[in-house]
Amino acid sequence: MNQNPIVSLRNIQVAFDGEPILKGIDLDICDKEFVTLLGPSGCGKTTTLRIIGGFVTPDSGDLFFDGKKINNLPPYKRNVNTVFQRYALFPHMNVADNVAFGLKIQKESPTKIRTQVRDMLELVGLKGFEHRRVTNLSGGQQQRVAIARALVNHPRVLLLDEPLGALDLKLRKDMQLELKKIQRETGITFVYVTHDQEEALTMSDRVVVMNDGVIQQIGTPQDIYNEPVNAFVADFIGESNIVDGIMYEDYDVEFAGAEFVCVDKGFQREEQVKVVIRPEDIEVVPVDDGKISGVVENVIFKGVHYEMQVNACGQTWIIHSTRQKPVGSVIGMNIAPDNIHIMHRAQDASAEPLGEEEVRL
Amino acid sequence: MKARSAAFPYLIWMGLFIIIPLGLIAFYAFTDKNAAFTLENILSVGNYGGVLFKSIYLAAISTVICLIIGYPLAYALSRLPEHMQNFCLMLVMLPMWINFLLRTYAWMTILEDNGLINSLLVSLGLPKINLIDTQGAVVLGMVYNYLPFMITPLYSVLTKVGPSLTEAAQDLGASPLHVFLRVIFPLSMPGVTSGVTMVFVPAVSTFIISKMLGGSDNLLIGDIIDMKFLGNSYNPYLGSAISLMLMVVVLICMGLMNQFDDGDKEGMLV
Repeated sequence: MNQNPIVSLRNIQVAFDGEPILKGIDLDICDKEFVTLLGPSGCGKTTTLRIIGGFVTPDSGDLFFDGKKINNLPPYKRNVNTVFQRYALFPHMNVADNVAFGLKIQKESPTKIRTQVRDMLELVGLKGFEHRRVTNLSGGQQQRVAIARALVNHPRVLLLDEPLGALDLKLRKDMQLELKKIQRETGITFVYVTHDQEEALTMSDRVVVMNDGVIQQIGTPQDIYNEPVNAFVADFIGESNIVDGIMYEDYDVEFAGAEFVCVDKGFQREEQVKVVIRPEDIEVVPVDDGKISGVVENVIFKGVHYEMQVNACGQTWIIHSTRQKPVGSVIGMNIAPDNIHIMHRAQDASAEPLGEEEVRL
Repeated sequence: MKARSAAFPYLIWMGLFIIIPLGLIAFYAFTDKNAAFTLENILSVGNYGGVLFKSIYLAAISTVICLIIGYPLAYALSRLPEHMQNFCLMLVMLPMWINFLLRTYAWMTILEDNGLINSLLVSLGLPKINLIDTQGAVVLGMVYNYLPFMITPLYSVLTKVGPSLTEAAQDLGASPLHVFLRVIFPLSMPGVTSGVTMVFVPAVSTFIISKMLGGSDNLLIGDIIDMKFLGNSYNPYLGSAISLMLMVVVLICMGLMNQFDDGDKEGMLV
């Protein structure tokens, strides 16, 4: 991944029927990068993608492609292709004609079109499907045709709008890896839209977390997961226990009635903070050894681990553990310093109503 | 089984009012006054070849004009916001709430030698022009009366060609013209076929329009059939023979049309 921005959005604002959808989006997408726009439905991620594709014109702000402003460039003049959410394959054409559509428009020679279509179908694993009707393909196969149809034009940027949403879990996992592989091999910049946080973490070089038309955080999957900047991100990216706390001084925080050593600093003395702890980061220990103690209220088997709901200090905590504790038993809980993430509460305030939106999902 | 018995009343209807009359027409076409078999009626249809050809010719022109006017209109309709669509579709259908005869009479009063247009021309000091009793007037009458039959099937197919396919084509580099030629038009072929059928078939056999707007010089095959059953040259045997031949011609035309459509069968959306 190199650092030259290929697509830049500058203070993009969009409203539909007076309802603001994007409230000032600033984003640089680098060449050959896999960027994922992640957020709950209605957060503006698809609109952002459609602005890059040219299907939505921003009310204000600028869009740059390779340093050139392209706010009003129609979609067919942009060196960008899209894999649409519902694929939008042409029902009156067979697989090969669908894939060849862009090349025919470019008036490529028939022999070149034939080889390119064949190579591309091979790349997406649909060798020999040339003459099939697209309406007779399964969802996964249609999805591959849509990818081939976009990629065959060798766009600088490929936009993907929840392309795996309609596939079953197993197929989705396979396609995630395959897409990532295709992206590495072709060196095309991918901008990927999803509401599935796991998908975002698996595939992306960088994740852009959005909510309510505002970018919440931009970072590598590790950054986003380990260092969420606010409660919304913490909550949306995997499960979190978010509790109130007080930062006494650097590396010293109190929450749930106990004092903990942490790795965060730079807070004011006695600052009211929010503390984020991932369910898998809570260590289950005998009551006497734990800084916090709680009662197990519920246990669910999740395959790799057990998910326990534990009541401690008047709050329900979610704990992921490979060992099961019986319901009703009292356990001790410990948390290692680098598993405690401290956030300012002010930052959190802006994210508070957004959390509700997620519940609606 | 239930679905089949539900169709039963319709089957009786079809038998009584479609199959039996068709059989009667075929029977009359091949018999004379004494109910004896004869080919004379069928053979004398040849005398009306010119009229038959003219009917097909005028109906074809009207159908093409309807398509040229109707297609852009249907397309524009299908792209309007939904509440506007219903309203505008109602406007398209509105003339059909008025009796067919009355509408054609209205055109007569507009086109007549002392009609609306010519009175206007005279009052402006311009010479009169002959509008009524021309082929042009017949075509006008057909287009006016049958245009809604073209627009409706086109509209219903075009609304199904959703904006997502247009966007996909644009995304792949297709200019608005290419989007139309490569995606929208091929996908609307079923609508074109049924629109053409629904205009051509009634137009080729019409008699009111030609009688009222075309005058005695522009009698069409429908007028001849009308005369054979109700007019002074009463001859239901010959009338039946002409009807039968017209039906064959229409069936051949439709067969050709469907042949043409078969090549685009992938265009079927439903």
